[in-house]
Amino acid sequence: MKRRTLCFLLLCWVMALQAKIIVVCASCPIQSVKQAIEQAQDGDVVRIESGVYREGLLLVDKKISISGHNFPVLDGGGKDEILIIHADSVLVEGLEFRNAGRSNLKDLAALRIRRSRHFCIRNNRIFDAYFGIYVERSAQGCISDNQVLGKSEKEATSGNAIHAWYADSLEIVNNYLSGYRDGIYLEFVNHSQVADNLSEGNLRYGLHFMFSNDDEYGCNTFRDNGAGVAVMFSKRIFMFDNLFDHNWGTAAYGLLLKEIYDAHIAGNRFTQNTIGIFLEGATRIEYRHNLFKNNGWAIQMTGGCLDNHFSANDFETNTLDMVVNSRVNNNTFNGNYWSEYAGYDLDRDGTGDVPHRPVKLFSYILNQSPESIVLLRSFFIDLLNYSEKISPVFTPQEVSDQSPLMQSVL
Amino acid sequence: MLKILKYTLFDLLRSRWSYLYFAFYLVFTAALLFLSGDVSKVVVSLMNVILILSPLIATMFGVMYYYNSRDFIELLLAQPLRRTHIFWGQYLGVALSLSVSLLLGIGIPFTFYGIFHAAGLGHFLTLLMDGIILSFIFSGIAFLIALRHENKIKGFGLAILMWLFFAVIYDGLVLMLLIWFRDYPLEATSLGLALFNPIDLSRILILLQLDISALMGYTGAVFQKFLGSQMGMLLSFGALLLWLLFPAWGIRQSALAKDF
Repeated sequence: MKRRTLCFLLLCWVMALQAKIIVVCASCPIQSVKQAIEQAQDGDVVRIESGVYREGLLLVDKKISISGHNFPVLDGGGKDEILIIHADSVLVEGLEFRNAGRSNLKDLAALRIRRSRHFCIRNNRIFDAYFGIYVERSAQGCISDNQVLGKSEKEATSGNAIHAWYADSLEIVNNYLSGYRDGIYLEFVNHSQVADNLSEGNLRYGLHFMFSNDDEYGCNTFRDNGAGVAVMFSKRIFMFDNLFDHNWGTAAYGLLLKEIYDAHIAGNRFTQNTIGIFLEGATRIEYRHNLFKNNGWAIQMTGGCLDNHFSANDFETNTLDMVVNSRVNNNTFNGNYWSEYAGYDLDRDGTGDVPHRPVKLFSYILNQSPESIVLLRSFFIDLLNYSEKISPVFTPQEVSDQSPLMQSVL
Repeated sequence: MLKILKYTLFDLLRSRWSYLYFAFYLVFTAALLFLSGDVSKVVVSLMNVILILSPLIATMFGVMYYYNSRDFIELLLAQPLRRTHIFWGQYLGVALSLSVSLLLGIGIPFTFYGIFHAAGLGHFLTLLMDGIILSFIFSGIAFLIALRHENKIKGFGLAILMWLFFAVIYDGLVLMLLIWFRDYPLEATSLGLALFNPIDLSRILILLQLDISALMGYTGAVFQKFLGSQMGMLLSFGALLLWLLFPAWGIRQSALAKDF
């Protein structure tokens, strides 16, 4: 056993000895990144000093590290992609990507990772690319601490900041993503983690899941996007401690759930979104300890939503807490705090003695005739809501919280 | 006209009802600000009260003041004064005294709160302006009703009915209309209908200030165009100003035609 360890250490030492550092700078023997990559062998480090390098497309097909010092600029000249990684165990850090090509026919990316395992992309800056970082058929990679900034104006002619397609076990951590179509787009991406990112000002979604299973995202901030996060056609997604803030506009959601199963949504904050959570065909989902504050609609539930369980959430000063458009459902609400709740707690056990019905008559009316929103907050509507609350006729009886909390939980 | 206005104004400012009205707003606003520090929340709560109360009080005051000062009006009519000046002077006096109560009642607590350095100044000013304009419009209409009806009971009844119509019934009718004809595109219609009710107009003006415009824009393109731009603001404000002119013009017509 001892011998084996010794052998291993020796091997490591030999390998470390073999790895060499190739420095690229304007006054060095090697002035071109392309040349440096060609000379490098598996395990080498290409170290790029600050400066501007206009070399077009660079292909990395060896297990090397590319490390920038003081953010050297790789300028793509606006024609093609800048860096393609087509090997396992590649590290790219400290680079700045500019002038990557745009095309409406091909999905050009500033940095593409193709069929790679154990890659790591960290601490880079990417400006005004069509796609920022494009991961395809890769696994076990990390994408962290990058800044990807764009100036997209139209959804149809723009790409995503981080785009992953057929990937597994990715870690996307602490990136800043702004000005693209989607901040992060995951399609057929499983067992991955998205954490601590700030995604704001993107045209469509801050984060977008398609056909991706067993992923989790937490502690991210999604602000001022077309919609904060869209989770579609996915299973077993765990969403925790995110902030969905000010996704505000004519069709803006904090969180859009469409055809998803078995998700957990916990500890998130939804503030100032036009619609906090929009559900369509969402099944077997647990919502706990989320805060919904100052949203237009906190929750809008449309057809085919089964087994959604809301407990210990806070609904505070939303214009409308809940819109439900079907009467038959088995979704439950239990032990939430509703700032609209007007009941009492005579036995002092912390929960109200009369059930709370979060669906107001006005939300029902809005469903029938959306134009009646002009009557929002009018005295007549208040009267209607009040009389409906006393004796419900139109609003679904089943949608009620049997033990509403008297104090907020968060 | 100014002299009559001044006389009416000071007469009313000495009245105990003006103080009561002022005190109500003062206490109510102060309590709201004390209970919740969020300006926009306070504005929404105040909005509900002002949109109902200020037209109601203005209506009552207008009718009452006219009937109470009938003898004085007859005395004035014997003097070489223009009729329009007499009635306009009295009407403006009533409206101004109500506005002063409202302005001070809401303004003082907000000033102490430090609204002039806070973020919600725009919301607050819109609310105040709405309250004042509504006072003017409704005291004017009340004056007009009183002028046209010698019978006090009838005048009172009509004035209250008018208030009830604008504050409650109108919205009910609009809602019924919207639900009946929901198969048709009604965006423009619903906005158009709002223009015919000063209370609805004021409400929409405040809601536009409060960022609820995006919420309303959710419904469709017409709303978005109307509410998302300055045009909505200008149009509703313009309509409110037209509403201001209507009672003044009506008082003039009635005053000139009336046989005392």
